[in-house]
Amino acid sequence: MFDLDPLLLLQTAPILLKGMLITLKITVAAVVLGMFSGTLLAVARVSPILPLRWLSALYVNCFRSIPLVMVLMWFYLIVPQMLARFFNLSPLTDIRLISAITAFTMFEAAYYAEIIRAGLGSIPRGQTQAALALGMTLPQALRLVLLPQAFRAMAPLLLTQGIILFQDTALVYILGLGDFFRTAVTIGKTNGYEPAMILFAGLIYFGICYAASRLVDSLKRALAEQKRAS
Amino acid sequence: MIYINKISKWYGHFQVLNNCSAGIKKGEVVVVCGPSGSGKSTLIKTVNGLEPVQAGEIIVDNTVVTDRRTDMAGLRARVGMVFQHFELFPHLSVMQNLVLPQRKVLKRSREEAEEKAMGLLQRVGMQEHAGRHPGQLSGGQQQRAAIARALCMDPVAMLFDEPTSALDPEMIKEVLTVMVTLAYEGMTMIVVTHEMGFARQVAHRILFMDEGRIVEDTPKDIFFKTPQTLRAVDFLSKIIH
Repeated sequence: MFDLDPLLLLQTAPILLKGMLITLKITVAAVVLGMFSGTLLAVARVSPILPLRWLSALYVNCFRSIPLVMVLMWFYLIVPQMLARFFNLSPLTDIRLISAITAFTMFEAAYYAEIIRAGLGSIPRGQTQAALALGMTLPQALRLVLLPQAFRAMAPLLLTQGIILFQDTALVYILGLGDFFRTAVTIGKTNGYEPAMILFAGLIYFGICYAASRLVDSLKRALAEQKRAS
Repeated sequence: MIYINKISKWYGHFQVLNNCSAGIKKGEVVVVCGPSGSGKSTLIKTVNGLEPVQAGEIIVDNTVVTDRRTDMAGLRARVGMVFQHFELFPHLSVMQNLVLPQRKVLKRSREEAEEKAMGLLQRVGMQEHAGRHPGQLSGGQQQRAAIARALCMDPVAMLFDEPTSALDPEMIKEVLTVMVTLAYEGMTMIVVTHEMGFARQVAHRILFMDEGRIVEDTPKDIFFKTPQTLRAVDFLSKIIH
């Protein structure tokens, strides 16, 4: 049941790589866009403007309280129809990749926002006061003094969140999007090696994530050492 | 230069500042002292608006700090502040710490800002450490760099909030020396400190605070020879050995 023809892997390697490319595309896009939106949300959360703080908190708490699969389906099934009507797109336009990236971005933004907020919270209050005392505005203080420190302190967590996201992208299976996981499963199905191919895909995910985690660990150690030195 | 007129401040029900008034002339050095929790740090932070007040008025260099419409960033750029815990920006080198606010706030060119920074680092004896990060420096070195950073902005007055309280004894002197020089050069200074030696040497006046009130505002000689209140007598007996 679990035996696998090595020749099959060799023959299908190009398609598998293509799938991996889509997986990486979604991951990188969602990490970059999610971190950017997460930063805006975190800044809104600590801003002196009360309605902004509320809106940010509402967004974060909403997205952290619903299943990722639901967000994914929502953005695939409902939002595109609205957009298609709005922009007059043909119903045949393939919006799966865009839907997936949008959904992951919006979902991850909530998690990144919390990480960055924690990072901002870990900076002593005196840093803000010092920046303001030098004549910086609050946005300047955030951009030049507080956020750079928050990102540095939270770098391991931000990267770990990226690794989790990399695994979660397999959920695009439900959109019928040919990412690495779906491609592997499809190859297995058509050639009669389905369980073996699922295991094989799992092995690849494990290898990549494990290696990435080790890298994050060594970064964490380096940061801790740097902190101890200071 | 600095007028503090009947200011009061509350944290919830707790009154930290109670009807405080004081005036500081150009070139004057005023030392604020008193037991911990008496409101000294809060008072000095109201001067550049880091701590808002609920009542009273503060005017610094013809700018009304307590006016909502005041451009606070513009005012703060003209008033230097030195903190107990230095508050250099740890992700930047000493040089970058001094250059960044000049460029972003005063819009100086890189060359101009670096020249200014180097000159001031030399003045506080820190030119050799320009490329280092704050974490690689001793407390005394960090505080001298922080003073240089504040001076880079060409402030009209300087506020010192317990600048030597977080330092090891052997480093206190190097920081005080810089401050004494600054005082002799005619800088307008408000200094919250327990360093009575510094007060004796350069202060013109002493503000003694207790429980949120300024209970004494007297020339230094009078304060040390004949303190007006029992509270000050008690404080001095504890602090001077």
